[in-house]
Amino acid sequence: MSILTWTWILTGGSFALYIYIAYWARAKTTGDFYIAEKQIPPYFNGMATGADWMSAASFISMAGLISFLGRDGSYYLMGWTGGYVLLAMLFGPYLRKYGKFTIPQFVGDRYYSNTARVIALLCAIFVSFTYVAGQMRGVGVVFSRFMDVGINTGVIIGMALVFFYATLGGMKGITYTQVAQYTVLISAYLIPAIFISMQFTGNPIPQLGYGSAITAEGAALLNDPGTQGKYLLDVLNSLNTDLGFAAYTSGQRPMIDVFFITMSLMIGTAGLPHILIRFFTVPKIRDARASAGWALFFIALLYTTAPAIAVFARTNFIKSIDNVEYAQAPSWFKNWEKTKLVAWKDKNDDGIMQLRKGKWDDPKSANEVKIDQDIMVLANPEIAKLPNWTVGLIGAGGLAAALSTAAGLLLVISAAVSHDLMKGIVKPDMSEKEELWWARGGAGVAVVIAGLFGIYPPGFVAQVVAFAFGLAAASFFPAILMGIFSKKVNKEGAISGMIVGIVFTAAYIWWYKWGDPASNNADGWWMGISPEGIGTVGAMLNFAVTYVVSKFTPAPPEHIQDLVGHLRYPGKIVVAAPTGH
Amino acid sequence: MSIHATPELQAYWKENLFIIFYHLAIWFTVAYLCGIVFADQLDAYRIGGFPLGFWFANQGSLVIFVVLIWTYVWRLNALDKKYDVYET
Repeated sequence: MSILTWTWILTGGSFALYIYIAYWARAKTTGDFYIAEKQIPPYFNGMATGADWMSAASFISMAGLISFLGRDGSYYLMGWTGGYVLLAMLFGPYLRKYGKFTIPQFVGDRYYSNTARVIALLCAIFVSFTYVAGQMRGVGVVFSRFMDVGINTGVIIGMALVFFYATLGGMKGITYTQVAQYTVLISAYLIPAIFISMQFTGNPIPQLGYGSAITAEGAALLNDPGTQGKYLLDVLNSLNTDLGFAAYTSGQRPMIDVFFITMSLMIGTAGLPHILIRFFTVPKIRDARASAGWALFFIALLYTTAPAIAVFARTNFIKSIDNVEYAQAPSWFKNWEKTKLVAWKDKNDDGIMQLRKGKWDDPKSANEVKIDQDIMVLANPEIAKLPNWTVGLIGAGGLAAALSTAAGLLLVISAAVSHDLMKGIVKPDMSEKEELWWARGGAGVAVVIAGLFGIYPPGFVAQVVAFAFGLAAASFFPAILMGIFSKKVNKEGAISGMIVGIVFTAAYIWWYKWGDPASNNADGWWMGISPEGIGTVGAMLNFAVTYVVSKFTPAPPEHIQDLVGHLRYPGKIVVAAPTGH
Repeated sequence: MSIHATPELQAYWKENLFIIFYHLAIWFTVAYLCGIVFADQLDAYRIGGFPLGFWFANQGSLVIFVVLIWTYVWRLNALDKKYDVYET
């Protein structure tokens, strides 16, 4: 069967499954809609968190990005996993003990202030929309590349599906759909990687394979008998240096910047509302801790495979393209040329493709080959000559990754509108039934807006991911951390801290992306810290301001200090003991 | 009159803080020290085909993160039982 037929079968089958699950798990109460009545077992919650977390970008682009960045790409790998350690130990169990519905609600309650709640809900909506825009676009892109459907038609199909299960099922429907989506996306990611690892090194575990030696079969695939018995990474290092790139396993970016980016991504992860909200959905406090463990386990399965794919694909790509006559180019190269993800320009008119350092359309560079980062995952099975069904699986996996993340984000937006804005501030006396209508309506409107972002992508989408993480790091992370671990931090401190953190981070990113883009380089940055890493500094400022302001303003009322004390122990305890004052 | 946790529960919280502290110390060491600050020096050593610093940055930290969460889960479950606050 052809690749196209396989893609339609696998995608259609997975969509039918998602719809069935959504119908089966439809929500009846607001508790169901927001937090699935706290009935999700921790391993399912972990799987759903994994699907929520791994977006179209993680699935399609990350391995390719890493293949260009070499060791520097590790800030994505560590930065997008290390936050779960913080979530498990600093946030998850305590937020579960708090037991309400949303993050803005927690911030508002802990800081006994509607102002704090409004700041938090604006941040939550901004961060979530930033993210979701990229997802809907991702859905369209996968449809157009694998199924010959226009990008816009693809976005509309995706919208219809998410609309159905997000408005019907709420958190419960989304969670069980995400469990199915995780299964699809991880199979799609691992199966080609396992095949390729076997081909190159004889080791079925890709995580070990890319640190192993190349077998005779692998050397034959690379058309280079000399590579047999050598470590794959050594072969790639010398390929890289021969073509004028830095050695793959060496770091190029300044250490301070890598440090700050990694930290910003980690604490940004721990401050993202669609991830935090997942800890509300499990039955017990210890389930919240275990959820983080399961989540990171399921995430790490993909995140440790990505660098292996990066190494296999890059080696394979260089070997099958560089110094090869265009007339002899492999069929996948010509297939993917149609999508403009790869291209060739014969600058020296010798009919041979030369892959070098530099831009392919820059006349001064000797490089003749354009490689889009996405090709490393999308075309990987074809490059390794795997069967057609594995290629079809990649399409279904990419859609699962994009749809699951979109759904989780839409729920945060809908809850922020219905629960925090309408029920919490505008109309506190409304009935549960009415609130549920607001929640469904909010999710519906958010789907439509997200779809419009997908069809008419605002030019800034690619640049605002730094924004989303930076803002989450500079606003939520310090506010929640100090809200749990300090009884003395008060509303004046938290509000001024959040405002300083947000304004500083936003201004820094704005300046280098739009204010003075010419100075957006290591020499122009403050202390050599890039806009991607500035969220760390924003968070430090937030901590400092909150601490100092709290010192000089009245301590929180007793019942708030009691609430904080109450968060720290599982069960219904916190015993009243008269202390004489 | 204010509400205060019993001395046992204050001890529970203190022990929890200590457990968090040493887990995060390991977290910081593997990611930031081994994977970033001293990665170049560690690259002089190898495990299989991996230069050691590269391995920590690319993969080792991630594996250790997973282990850290599970040891924390295990330590805290034991702590919950010790102080009789284990939820049933």
